[in-house]
Amino acid sequence: MADKLLEVKNLKTSFFTHVGEVQAVRGVSFDLGVGEALGIVGESGSGKSVTSMSLMKLLQYPGVIKEGQILFEGTDVVPKTEKEMRKIRGNDIAMIFQDPMTSLNPVYTIGNQIIEAILEHQNVTKQQARQKAIKMLELVGIPSPESRIDNYPHEFSGGMRQRAMIAIALSCEPKLLIADEPTTALDVTIQAQILELMRELKEKINTSIILITHDLGVVADLCSRIIVMYGGLIMEEGTAEQVFYTPKHPYTMGLLKSIPKVNKKEKERLIPIDGTPPDLVKPPTGCPFYARCEYAMKICKEQVPPYFGVAPGHRSMCWRLHEDAPAHEDFIKESNRGGTHG
Amino acid sequence: MAKQLNPNDVLLEVKDLKKHFVSRHGLFGQHTTRVQAVDGVSFKILRGETLGLVGESGCGKSTTGRTIIRLYDVTSGEVIFDGVDISKVSQGEMRQYRKKIQMIFQDPYASLNSRMTVGDIIGEPIDIHNIAKGEERQKIIWNLLERVGLSKEHANRYPHEFSGGQRQRIGIARALAVNPDFIICDEPISALDVSIQAQVVNMLEDLQKELGLTYLFIAHDLSMVKHISDRIGVMYLGKLVELANSDELYDNPNHPYSQALLSAIPIPDPDATKHGQRIVLEGDVPSPINPPSGCRFRTRCKYVMDVCKEVEPEFIEISPNHFSACHLNTVNK
Repeated sequence: MADKLLEVKNLKTSFFTHVGEVQAVRGVSFDLGVGEALGIVGESGSGKSVTSMSLMKLLQYPGVIKEGQILFEGTDVVPKTEKEMRKIRGNDIAMIFQDPMTSLNPVYTIGNQIIEAILEHQNVTKQQARQKAIKMLELVGIPSPESRIDNYPHEFSGGMRQRAMIAIALSCEPKLLIADEPTTALDVTIQAQILELMRELKEKINTSIILITHDLGVVADLCSRIIVMYGGLIMEEGTAEQVFYTPKHPYTMGLLKSIPKVNKKEKERLIPIDGTPPDLVKPPTGCPFYARCEYAMKICKEQVPPYFGVAPGHRSMCWRLHEDAPAHEDFIKESNRGGTHG
Repeated sequence: MAKQLNPNDVLLEVKDLKKHFVSRHGLFGQHTTRVQAVDGVSFKILRGETLGLVGESGCGKSTTGRTIIRLYDVTSGEVIFDGVDISKVSQGEMRQYRKKIQMIFQDPYASLNSRMTVGDIIGEPIDIHNIAKGEERQKIIWNLLERVGLSKEHANRYPHEFSGGQRQRIGIARALAVNPDFIICDEPISALDVSIQAQVVNMLEDLQKELGLTYLFIAHDLSMVKHISDRIGVMYLGKLVELANSDELYDNPNHPYSQALLSAIPIPDPDATKHGQRIVLEGDVPSPINPPSGCRFRTRCKYVMDVCKEVEPEFIEISPNHFSACHLNTVNK
């Protein structure tokens, strides 16, 4: 990996609600290289979206970054003021959201919204900004961009709106693009179009991407490295191949087993993960996955496991990987076979 | 795990079903727009079978389900359930069929009345159909709760106290309360987390085995549909374009739309995605208000020919039990 663009160190984000402190992110560390595509996978409530909102400092009241550092090109953005953040947002770090209808302003034309972003961050005239906006729309594959630029969001279909969102996000050539469930609201054939577009753009303009999703298929498609989150913590991190073929965390194994395989011939029964995710108002003292884990031991309930490095670039938070942990045949079998092989 | 199905025991037959929504606007409503949501769909479902219905938003798959149970009135066509055309019976007579046909909805947050206890939600169909009263009613509710993996203590709680997966279980218990033969599952797992989806799908499979249920499973998640269905129908803009056994459809998709749809499934396997051939369709689905002439898929089809514009392709059997509506099947032969 070349230079580090982003380094997140021990990030903790909480929401202070009337029922108590919801510890959404409980100590997350990772880094991202220039031009790299990182996938963050997790279910609702795992803390994946809160992590991305923290990176942009877009947390809504009562959310607060309690601890940790977010180093973007070496400078910590956590202590930055709102005014300073506005210079970074859109310019250096851009974000696209799940629902393109609610993230576009319905009373402004698509063009206005792209031009606004360009004028905010670049020293150009309105005419030049408009030309640039047309070029961006063309880049993201909107047909006849010269006339489409004056359309309102409601005149665009779902897929086109998401393309327009990407055009806005990329209009200032950000170094980092955070995509929070960018295809979840879209149909499969449109999802394929958007993923294809993101892949192309990544190669063309060398933007780093953080893709946040619950869909394991989507990350396998686009990302070279994957982080699996659960209960506000990173459970496992590795290359796409490591995570999919040799998962080392019971949660990852469970996720891979619970999705049906399209390319499998005979019908196999799905193996669900029993139970439900933990309540983050009172997060468990030990491993957050303890209650649903089939390989749980006594220590798992009492102490949060540290990370165990299992291969270069591959780490997992599971006591089963401790050298003194009793060997568990199934665990070893599962961790070598992964979800899709065999 | 092959199921034993009797090919002559048809539980539901849909013949040339059409559902058009007409909206009036202008002065005195003299202008009308006709949305052809479902436009001539025919299929059969055998007793004990699961038929999957897939397609993108706006293709008419949910409207088909809702029209079968008469949540919408049929524009034309027949819905023959157990030998009776229920598309024409009166609402009063329809009530007895609603006991046999039940529905599970997509959004477990919107489909349960938040002011009723779980016990009353499940009990409501029991009351409406006069199935049981008093202690017996209570017993049925408890049994149902246990059957869907909850416990009888849950009967006195309210929906907001439950997670999405649990709410979907409550919805299923409510559907089972009247002992139905046929359940229309309209995207029952789309709103659930991955690890919870498998729990619900397994439960639906178990219930089918135990109670001999027949399912119409409507979804856009193609891998889950393949897993649960015996046969699958692919819909596009109000038409059924292909219908086949699930393995056959995934191995040999015939219609260009099915081919594109299946190749677009993101496969959770980094190697497969690198080597897979993905067909990326251009453009968007046209509006069902003014669908293209001839074959409705022609505007996005890469094999489009002159004939596709003029003649609507027939839905023909291209190999045993494999139907498809595409001119490529007739022109080349």
